[in-house]
Amino acid sequence: MTRYDLTRIPIAKALLVNRWPQFLVRALALIGFLFAIVAGLGGTPVGSRNFSIVFVWIAWWALLILVAVPLLGRGWCTVCPIPMPGEWLQNRALLGPRGKKPPFGLGRKWPRALRNIWVQNGAFALMALFSAVVLTQPGVTAVLLASFLFLAFGASLIFERRAFCRYMCPVGGFIGLYSQTAPIEVRVRDTAVCAGHTTKTCYTGSEDGFGCPWGVFPGGLVKNTYCGACLECLRTCPLDNIAINIRPVGADLSQPRGRKLDEAFKAFIMLGSAFVYSAVMLGPWGQLKTTAYAIGSLPWLLYVLVFLAFVFVFLPGLFYLSTRVGQLLAPAGRSLPRPFTAYAYALVPLGLAAWIAFSLSFVLTNASYILPVLSDPLGWGWDLLGTAGYSWTPFFTQTIPVAQTLVLVVGLAWAGITARRIAQEGNHPAAWRQAIPNNLFCLLVTVGFLWLFVG
Amino acid sequence: MVIRRLMGEWSARLFLILLIAGLFAAILFGRRTAQAVEIHAVMPERGGWLPGNLTAEVNVPLNLRLISDDVLHGFAVGQQPWPAVDLVPGQMTELTLTFDEPGTYTYYCTRWCGLNHWRMRGTIEVKGEENAPSFTGPGSQPPFMTLGLDLDQPHEVEVDLDRPPSADLGEKLDFTIPTRFATREIYFEETPYQFWQDLREDPGTVSLSDIEIWDLVAFVWQSETTLESLEFGQRLYDQNCAACHGENGDGDGVMAMPETGDYEPEVFGESLMPPGDFTDSQKMLGASTALLQGKIMRGGMGTGMPYWGTIFTDEEIDALIDYIWSFQFPFSNGEL
Repeated sequence: MTRYDLTRIPIAKALLVNRWPQFLVRALALIGFLFAIVAGLGGTPVGSRNFSIVFVWIAWWALLILVAVPLLGRGWCTVCPIPMPGEWLQNRALLGPRGKKPPFGLGRKWPRALRNIWVQNGAFALMALFSAVVLTQPGVTAVLLASFLFLAFGASLIFERRAFCRYMCPVGGFIGLYSQTAPIEVRVRDTAVCAGHTTKTCYTGSEDGFGCPWGVFPGGLVKNTYCGACLECLRTCPLDNIAINIRPVGADLSQPRGRKLDEAFKAFIMLGSAFVYSAVMLGPWGQLKTTAYAIGSLPWLLYVLVFLAFVFVFLPGLFYLSTRVGQLLAPAGRSLPRPFTAYAYALVPLGLAAWIAFSLSFVLTNASYILPVLSDPLGWGWDLLGTAGYSWTPFFTQTIPVAQTLVLVVGLAWAGITARRIAQEGNHPAAWRQAIPNNLFCLLVTVGFLWLFVG
Repeated sequence: MVIRRLMGEWSARLFLILLIAGLFAAILFGRRTAQAVEIHAVMPERGGWLPGNLTAEVNVPLNLRLISDDVLHGFAVGQQPWPAVDLVPGQMTELTLTFDEPGTYTYYCTRWCGLNHWRMRGTIEVKGEENAPSFTGPGSQPPFMTLGLDLDQPHEVEVDLDRPPSADLGEKLDFTIPTRFATREIYFEETPYQFWQDLREDPGTVSLSDIEIWDLVAFVWQSETTLESLEFGQRLYDQNCAACHGENGDGDGVMAMPETGDYEPEVFGESLMPPGDFTDSQKMLGASTALLQGKIMRGGMGTGMPYWGTIFTDEEIDALIDYIWSFQFPFSNGEL
């Protein structure tokens, strides 16, 4: 497949290699992050008038799910401020390496048994259970953001590299999964060059940069999932062998290497969460909203059980059945290893489409809150930019259902194509039949979402 | 090379420190210049209005940012013409009040937010120069005090009515009310029972039966009001009184204390009494308009009846009493 290496453009490469542009963006993002915590704790408790809710769950979320993830993959991780304080302490520097002092902290390796994304899966599911409160109450959002900061800081003191980002961050988990669809990647130009490079400075670090903070050897990268796009390898590679490629969308989904059960379950968690979120937040069921909000109550515990069962048992169970039926339809295609895990990657584009469709509704409906909050971010009665009085105005309400439908249909088609490609990995002419039940599963899920969004 | 790197590192550190310090300095500075007072409304069991006391200056706009932290509440300032505003949970309601006279004003909840809704009161202490010396706002002595009425004395009377008194029938009787009885003071200060006794003792009523005299009383009471006043009173009653006293005035509103006594003292209070039954002739016919006015203004002092004197205007209280009397003396055209 054709690719275009952005580092071929001298000015682009200079901007990417230079630490200052990235540092400035991250520093400003850190300020915004700290301000969100302060606003959540000290500002008005009215979510629609508080910076922490409006800028985290509307502005940032819109940028993340509608722009950054689909177009830039791990682009957010490139500038994410959460690991910065811990990483600076670990590196003993804000910019590049200084001298040969060892990293600060215990520098332990992350436990072998947890070198997967199960912790991230659990963290996201846990967060999802409290989402009704997290997304509406500034104080709770502030506590959550602060806990991210402290966890990342603590992880940097105990473990080597960015253990929080790689193994714990609930947001990073799904960004990694969906970054497989993005039209951009960090890869090596020639793996043979890496193989011949004895010091592997991209992993160990050099005076030009730190060893991969994500603990990844770029020469072995086959998909975006675990590359944090931090650009360190671009700085440390002495052989100019790192490329930032523009590539066809979804290139990683057809990559048979590196498919894992934890990632498959991440796909189910994301798809299931999008469905439950849509039902709770966009659906007409007041009792469901109340239940999701009544943290700790008996109905909420029931909601938790249903949510977990839906995400971890029902969806994977139904998908497993569809996979088994597919194998019966095309027995010759059984050469595909671990079909349940393999076919789950078809849910990646569908899940991303579902999240985009879900986000379109509340982002466009609530985007107008950004203007008054820009002028009065803490709800203290300021009018910094003269926009404090701007009233709530939903945008494009007529076209949202159309856009949601289109996005879901594209996601469904993309999932269908992906499932068929995966089926054909079995190298049998009739193997495409194996994907039919999975296609039906995706169709069922899409109809479910359409029912929630426009039904 | 190393020096250049160090320079870069220190520049980055300085930049970051300035950025963080600037952020917190801006917040602290901004806090001082905040232009609005934030008031939270929570159900009375959890605090009511927070804060419950405000201060303001005459002719200086008081910017309020009203937030409900639980259920739907309403906000209004007693005896002021500003319309009530609703406080929807999760939304902020902004309001600017400008007082042109000093005094203590009461703000209160206008939505039935819970069993103790009526406890949701707060005060605004407005300081400054008086604009109009004749102002007789909050603080002037109410009539029940000048008349020396004891609002807490029982006022039941022995009456035996086989039907409700009818103003219509009273008007049709061939009897002219003596002019000495046709005064506003009689209506205001005497109880219907006292007035009935006065009429009964009048030689001109010898030929009338007891119930016909009650019809005359009803006619006189009705003559003191208008349909417009009754409609206004009904609106006030429905909004503020019906939840306890009942839509039909019989004291069994949805917020009324259970008669069985099976209630939670921490919710209802320890010494509450059932709401007054305005359809109870024994009690109502022994009460004067002045007494009712006093009870409304002062409240029940621990009985569960809130005070309305700082909230309702005189006109509103008059209309409310007119409507309350209609439970004993139904308005003649039957529209209410």
